[in-house]
Amino acid sequence: MTYLAKPKLHHPDLPANALGFTRRDYEGTISTLCAGCGHDSISAAIIQACWELAIQPHRVAKLSGIGCSSKTPTYFLDKSHGFNSVHGRMPSVLTGANLANRDLIYLGVSGDGDSASIGVGQFAHVMRRGVNMTYIVENNGVYGLTKGQFSATADRGSKSKRGAVNTDEGIDLACLALQLGATYVARSFSGDKEQLVPLIKGALTHPGAAFIDVISPCVAFNNHDGSTRSYDYVRHHNEAVNRLDVITVHKEITTEYAPGEVQEVRQHDGSLLRLRKLAHDYDSSSRISAMSYVQSRYAHGEIVTGLLYVEPDATDLHESLGTTSVPLNQLGEKELCPGEAALARFNASLR
Amino acid sequence: MKRIEAVNDFVVKFANVNGSGSASANTLFAKAIMRMGVPVSPRNIFPSNIQGLPTWYEVRVSESGWLGRRGGADLMVAMNPQTWEKDVVEIEPGGYLFYDSTKPLPADKFRDDILVIGMPLTEICNATYSDPRQRQLFKNIIYVGALAALLDMDIAEVEKLVGEQYKGKEKLLEPNVKALHLGRDYALAHLPCPLGITVRRSDKVGDKIFIEGNNATALGAVYGGATVCAWYPITPSSSVAEAFARHCKKFRVDAASGKNNVAIVQTEDELASIGMVIGAAWNGSRAFTCTSGPGVSLMTEFIGLAYFAEIPAVIVNVQRAGPSTGMPTRTQQADILSCAYASHGDTKHVLLLPQDAKEAFEFTAASLDLADRLQTPVFVMTDLDIGMNERLCDPLEWDDSRTFDRGKVLTHDDLESGKRFGRYLDVDDDGITYRTYPGTHEKRGSFFTRGTSRDRYARYTEEGSAYVDNMQRLLRKFETAKQYVPEPVVLESPRPARHGVIYYGSTACAMDEALSELGAEGIAIDALRVRAFPFQDSVIDFVNAHEHVFVVEQNRDGQLRTLLLSEGALDPSRLSAVLHYDGTPITARFIRREIEERLSAFNVRPLRRTAAAGE
Repeated sequence: MTYLAKPKLHHPDLPANALGFTRRDYEGTISTLCAGCGHDSISAAIIQACWELAIQPHRVAKLSGIGCSSKTPTYFLDKSHGFNSVHGRMPSVLTGANLANRDLIYLGVSGDGDSASIGVGQFAHVMRRGVNMTYIVENNGVYGLTKGQFSATADRGSKSKRGAVNTDEGIDLACLALQLGATYVARSFSGDKEQLVPLIKGALTHPGAAFIDVISPCVAFNNHDGSTRSYDYVRHHNEAVNRLDVITVHKEITTEYAPGEVQEVRQHDGSLLRLRKLAHDYDSSSRISAMSYVQSRYAHGEIVTGLLYVEPDATDLHESLGTTSVPLNQLGEKELCPGEAALARFNASLR
Repeated sequence: MKRIEAVNDFVVKFANVNGSGSASANTLFAKAIMRMGVPVSPRNIFPSNIQGLPTWYEVRVSESGWLGRRGGADLMVAMNPQTWEKDVVEIEPGGYLFYDSTKPLPADKFRDDILVIGMPLTEICNATYSDPRQRQLFKNIIYVGALAALLDMDIAEVEKLVGEQYKGKEKLLEPNVKALHLGRDYALAHLPCPLGITVRRSDKVGDKIFIEGNNATALGAVYGGATVCAWYPITPSSSVAEAFARHCKKFRVDAASGKNNVAIVQTEDELASIGMVIGAAWNGSRAFTCTSGPGVSLMTEFIGLAYFAEIPAVIVNVQRAGPSTGMPTRTQQADILSCAYASHGDTKHVLLLPQDAKEAFEFTAASLDLADRLQTPVFVMTDLDIGMNERLCDPLEWDDSRTFDRGKVLTHDDLESGKRFGRYLDVDDDGITYRTYPGTHEKRGSFFTRGTSRDRYARYTEEGSAYVDNMQRLLRKFETAKQYVPEPVVLESPRPARHGVIYYGSTACAMDEALSELGAEGIAIDALRVRAFPFQDSVIDFVNAHEHVFVVEQNRDGQLRTLLLSEGALDPSRLSAVLHYDGTPITARFIRREIEERLSAFNVRPLRRTAAAGE
C-alpha cells in the first residue's frame, strides 16, 4: 500500500491500557496489502482487541500460512514472535507450538484458500483436537496473491471479476468448525469494527478452540457486482444475531439489561461474555441450533454474523492429553531423562 | 545321504499362517536358546496383512555370534500348507523337515535328501482340547515342546520363560506348561531325538540384551528429552511411537500431579506430524516424528521450511522397500538420497545411520541434541530389519552427568544485558546463529520466522545478495555439522589392503561376518562403516587411500555411492556398488560372493590395462 515508514514518535495523549501500553505498542510494520483491503481492518481490530485486553504483546505467538491474509501478522504485534509457515499447514504448526508452551496466547491467521482449499484437512483436525487458540480466517472468497482465482469458500453461482461463474459448492468454515467441535465460533465482517473487536477479545480469552470467520472483501479481485464477498453485498446481507461485550475479571459490571435481552457466559478465566441479543430467537449456547439457524438463513441469501456458539465449559488439547501445567519447553534433564539406574533395570528386563 | 550335523550353528525357519498365534511361541523358542547362552538372531518375514497370509520366522543360532541373516534353512517347521512347496525346497540338503502329520501327504510332497519328521499336532490338540481357539494356540506351544526335545534344549529354560510371560496370570500358566510337556513327551517317545543339529549351553551371550530397534529408538527419544511426539501410523515405524508412549507412561508421569511430562499426538497425516514437530521445536520443545519413506515424501515441503527457517526437527525414518507403497513389510535402505536432499530448492540434511538397536538408542538421543545445536532437521535412518526384529546387542548405556545441548538460545537475561540479536547473524563464524524462544522478553528478541528469504535480522527481502549470503551460511553450517555427527568406524585388515569396503546401517551384521570369512580366505580388505551424513573428511580419505572401494547397500541404485560421489567429488570408477534389494535382509554369503567374484575379475584384468584396451 505504501512504503513510507511509520513514525516512531507517539502522540503524548494516546490512551494507555492497564499495562501502560498505547495502541501503538501493539502495531507491526506498515502493511503492504492493497489500499482498502479488508485484511488491514482486521489487523487493526486485532491491535485494538489486544490493547483493550491489556495482553502482553510478547506473550502472543502469531502464526499463519501462505497468502495475503497470512502476510498480515507482520502488520501487528511486532513484539510477538511470528511464524509465516507453509500453505494450508498453519494449524499443525500452531498445535505443535501450543503443545510446547501452554502459557502463551496462540493467534492463527489464515485465509479462505489457506484454510478451506489446500488446508481444509488441517483446519478440520485442529478444531477436532480443541487446541486453545484464536483462529481467524480472513475470508474473501478469492486468491489474491495469484490474482483472482476462486477459493473453496466462494459461493456457488458467484461471479469472478472476469465473469466466470463458480460452479462448486462453497464451504462455510463456521459451520464446519461448529460440526467439528470448536468451542467458540463467530462470524464477522471486516467493515464492522464494533462487532469484530469484541469477538476477537472473546476468542482470545476463550480457553479452547475459538474460530472467527471474518468476511473481508478483496478490493482488487472480488469487490464487483455478482460477487457475494463484495463490500456492498456483505453490507446488504449481513444479519447480526447478537452484540458481544467482553468483561474481564478486573472490571466491575454496572450496566443493566431487561430480562431476555442478554445472555451471559462466564468463562474459566473469570471473564464474562455478555451477549446482547439482536435476533430474539437466536440461542448461542446450542451448537445444533446454531448450525440450523446459519444454514437456514444462508438458504435465504443472508450471512449470519455475531457469536454463533460458545461452550462455557470448554476444554483443550492439553486437558485431553493430561499434560503437566508446566510448559513442556521448560522441563529439563531432571524431569525428562530417567538416567543410568533406570536404564540398567531396562537392560535387565531384556535378558 | 549325509545329514547336517551342527552344534549351536544352524538355521530354523518357521512357516506359519499370519494371525495364528505363532509369533509368541516362536519368540519363546528363540529366547530359550538365548537363555542357554547361545547367540540367536530371529527375523520376522511377514506380509502386509493381519490374518491368513503366509508369515515366516527365521531363527539363526550362531555360537560365533553372527547376527546377520544366513540364508537357507537347516530345519523347516512347515506349519503352512499354502507355502509347503516353497518351504520344502528351501531346506539345505541333509536338513530336516518338521510338519504336522495328522493328514497324510503323498510321497512326492517330500524330498529324499532331507529327514522328514512328522508329528500329528492337530490330532494331539483335538484329543486334548475342545475349544477351537485353544486347539490353535496350544498347537504352537506343543511344537515348541517337541523342538526342545529334537534340538536337545534345556526345557527348564523354556518353562522359566513361560513362567515370566504369564506372571500374575497363573490360570494361563499351567495349561501352557502342560502343552509344552505334551509336545516334548511325544517327541521323546516317538521322534528321532536329538537330531544332528542341537543346542548346547554356552556363555556367548554375556550381558547382551535382546531388543527390537524401534523400542530402543523410542527409549532414545525419552532419554534425549523429547517432549512432543507427533506421528501417523505407518509400517514399519508405528511401534516406535507405541513404544515411546509405553516408556512415557513409566518415565514421564509426574509423581506429584499424575500429569504427563510429554505430549503425544497421533495426527491426521504425516504433513501434520512434521508441522507439529516444527511448531513445537520452534517454541523450544524437543520434538520428533517417526515414519517411513512414504511419510517422508509427504513431509518434504515442511522439511524444506525447517532447513531454510532453521528449526530443529527429528525425523526417525524406519525404511522399507519402495518406491510408492512398494513392499511395506520388507526391508531396504532406499531413502538415503530422498532424505539427504529432501525438499525443493538447494537443501542438505543431516542423516544418522545406526547399525543396530544400541546405536538406534544412542543416535536418537543424540539427534535431539544435534537438531538443537544445528537448528535443522536431523534424520535417524533405521530400517525394518533393525526396527521390527528382536536382536542381541550390547546393553544400552547412559552417563548421568550428560546434559542436553540446547544449542544457541538467548535467554531473557542475555537479551536484558543488551546482547546483540540478529536471528540469522553469524556471530561465531560457524554458520550457526542464535535464536530466541517465543515469549522470552517483553521488548527484545522477537522475530518473524518465515520460509521466504530474509536478511540477517529476519526481515523479509528478495535482495539477491542477502539470499546468497544466507544460502552460503547454510553451507557453512552443514560443514560445521561434520564435527558433531558420529565418526565413521574403520576396521583395518591385519595386512596392507589395496581394496576397501564401505557400508552402513543394518548391513553391518552381515558385513562383520563377511569380513571375517574374507579374512579367513586370505583376502585383505579394509572396511569403513559410515555413521552419518555429512561425510567427514576421513570418509573421503578412506576412498582415496584405496585402489578400489566397494559400497555395499540395500537399494537398487547405490544411493550412498551416489551421495559419496557427489559430495566427495570422487571418480565413479573407483567405487563399485554391491547391491541387495529384494526386500530380505542382506546376507554374508551374498556380500562375500560378490566381493570375491569382483576381486578375481580385477586380478585377471587389472584396471589400468582395461582402460588402455578401451582406448
